[in-house]
Amino acid sequence: MEEVFTLVVATLAATLRVATPLVLCAMGGLFSEKSGIIDVGLEGKMLMAAFFAAATAAVTDSAWMGVGAAIIAAEALALLHGFACITHRGNQVVSGIALNILAMGLTVVLGTAWFARGGQTPPLSAGERLNPIFFPVAGDNVIVYAALLSVPVTWWLIERTRFGLRLRAVGEMPLAVDAAGISVPWLRYRAVLLCGLFAGLAGAYLSIAQNAGFSRDMTAGQGFIALAAIIFGRWRPFPAFGACLAFGLLDAIAIRLQGVKLPGIGEVPVQLIQAMPYLLTLFLLAGFIGRTVAPKAAGVPYEKEH
Amino acid sequence: MSTAPRPLPGWVEIGLMPLVNVALAFLLVGLIVELIGADPLQALKLLVLGAVGSSESIGYTLYYATNFIFTGLAVAVAFHAGLFNIGGEGQAYIGGLGCGLAVLALDRYLPGLLTIPLAILASAAFGAAWAAIPAWMQAWRGSHIVITTIMFNFVASALMVYMMVNVLIAPGSMTPQSRGFEASAAVPSMQAALQWFGIAVARSPLNLSLLLALLSSAGVWIFLWHTPWGYGLRTMGHNPEAALYAGTNLKRMTMLAMCLSGALAGGVAVNELLGVHHRLVLDFAAGYGFTGIAVALMGRGHPLGIVLAALLFGALQQGGAELAFEVPAITREMVVVIQGLVILFSGALVHLPRPWLQALFARKG
Repeated sequence: MEEVFTLVVATLAATLRVATPLVLCAMGGLFSEKSGIIDVGLEGKMLMAAFFAAATAAVTDSAWMGVGAAIIAAEALALLHGFACITHRGNQVVSGIALNILAMGLTVVLGTAWFARGGQTPPLSAGERLNPIFFPVAGDNVIVYAALLSVPVTWWLIERTRFGLRLRAVGEMPLAVDAAGISVPWLRYRAVLLCGLFAGLAGAYLSIAQNAGFSRDMTAGQGFIALAAIIFGRWRPFPAFGACLAFGLLDAIAIRLQGVKLPGIGEVPVQLIQAMPYLLTLFLLAGFIGRTVAPKAAGVPYEKEH
Repeated sequence: MSTAPRPLPGWVEIGLMPLVNVALAFLLVGLIVELIGADPLQALKLLVLGAVGSSESIGYTLYYATNFIFTGLAVAVAFHAGLFNIGGEGQAYIGGLGCGLAVLALDRYLPGLLTIPLAILASAAFGAAWAAIPAWMQAWRGSHIVITTIMFNFVASALMVYMMVNVLIAPGSMTPQSRGFEASAAVPSMQAALQWFGIAVARSPLNLSLLLALLSSAGVWIFLWHTPWGYGLRTMGHNPEAALYAGTNLKRMTMLAMCLSGALAGGVAVNELLGVHHRLVLDFAAGYGFTGIAVALMGRGHPLGIVLAALLFGALQQGGAELAFEVPAITREMVVVIQGLVILFSGALVHLPRPWLQALFARKG
């Protein structure tokens, strides 16, 4: 009995550990998508943030400086995304892809030039990382709590504030917001910056909390899983949070199931479980689970008329 | 816009703007090179020498360009239909599965002259099939093709790892790769082909797939601009309602555009597997699908532009490798940075230099 209990607790803790960056990214992405700016660049923002967090923590010996650098790095990419998509009305998907590729290359180029470790940053000591607060085994560092807190905060901001009302309006019908005398670009820039803030925290989590340093491509598609979680949660904070937890649980189970034969089924291929978040989202998108409702103006640049 | 957009002369629009966009990207690259403490001009010199300095390096450049032509065309065909196919990576990968399965099944029984065309068809068919599912989801279920093709890339990757590790791995092999193809099923290398005409060049991975890529470019050009289907496809991209009104079946056109796009992406498998590796391996398509986006954007969706852009990116890929070898501070990933910046400036920020050029060249009235 005690064994089962330990197993359950360990799996839940692992779920939370894996889900933390997903939750932060999903909440950040929600702000952006709700305002009508599609963000496929979550992955790149997170990667860039992870790199600058680890690099700064290694150089300054301070985890908090690392967190600050992560947020600045992610915000820089967020601003670039905003500049291309909001100011210049460029294609949002193209911009997101460009930032992903840029981050993929730049992190390795800068990392190699600065640390000469093949794109990795120097390993961080305990003092340079964010450490667990209450339960050392569970890895409950401050960003895990920030992620848990980010969900009600996101819900409150989007559903219960004037800013949130306008944000939802600008994602559905920017013309109406404009006609009401509210600046569409400024609203969208704020949404994109909020997205950068959350993606920055997620990146810092990867490199200075969950791991002890940056390694190339360490985001490994998590930005896209977060995107899937947003769709799965139908652009609502709590359901998206649930999707992140579910995807995290899948990952935790995948690690446990490696090489284990299940009675009646046999060995479940690890690749199948790893592909599960994508497959589930595809099923959802194909309409087998229910219809999805994206913000109507998402992806459409707003052209102000005179 | 407060003032009506003033038209730019044609040559500025088609010729100068793309160059300005790319120049902006390279200016930033120069700054980054400077930032990491290398000399940008010296780096440029090494890069150019590394890309076209010898017949071997030219071979490598053209070999990389072959892949980029295929993926660039794939992105462009979908783009003309108003569809953004980010799944070139996965379609090329699954195309490779088709190619590998065909060769592994046939190469011991059929002569190469039959095996190779069948393998090429299998690459195209599997690539097209992998694109057909997101296309169906877009056309009949209204799910966004960008999201679905991204997901399909990950699913393709997982599927291929499973197939290679559990099913197609050569008996007794430690690395996940299939048995080697029979020599008859190899697309001849350019070195061997030129030898037939008495021309001697250095060994390189360049093979006759380059001709297939060039033929595909011509084929895409004819299809898009000289057939009724191509006309319908482009009309759909410009204005779906007009296309519908003109009698185009939008659902079927979406399927056609995406299947063609996926089939073109499958060309990467021909170049890599039949031309170079001669066996099915993991990750042979890595990065080519995404670079195809940069190539298509830079080439403005026109086959000729795509071939030129593919040559540039092939040269960057090869020259970048040589540069990384010569200058320890610079890594191969510098090429990835350049790709990202080119996509940014030729894609998302494509209109950035317009006001400057308008101030210079605008016609009155």
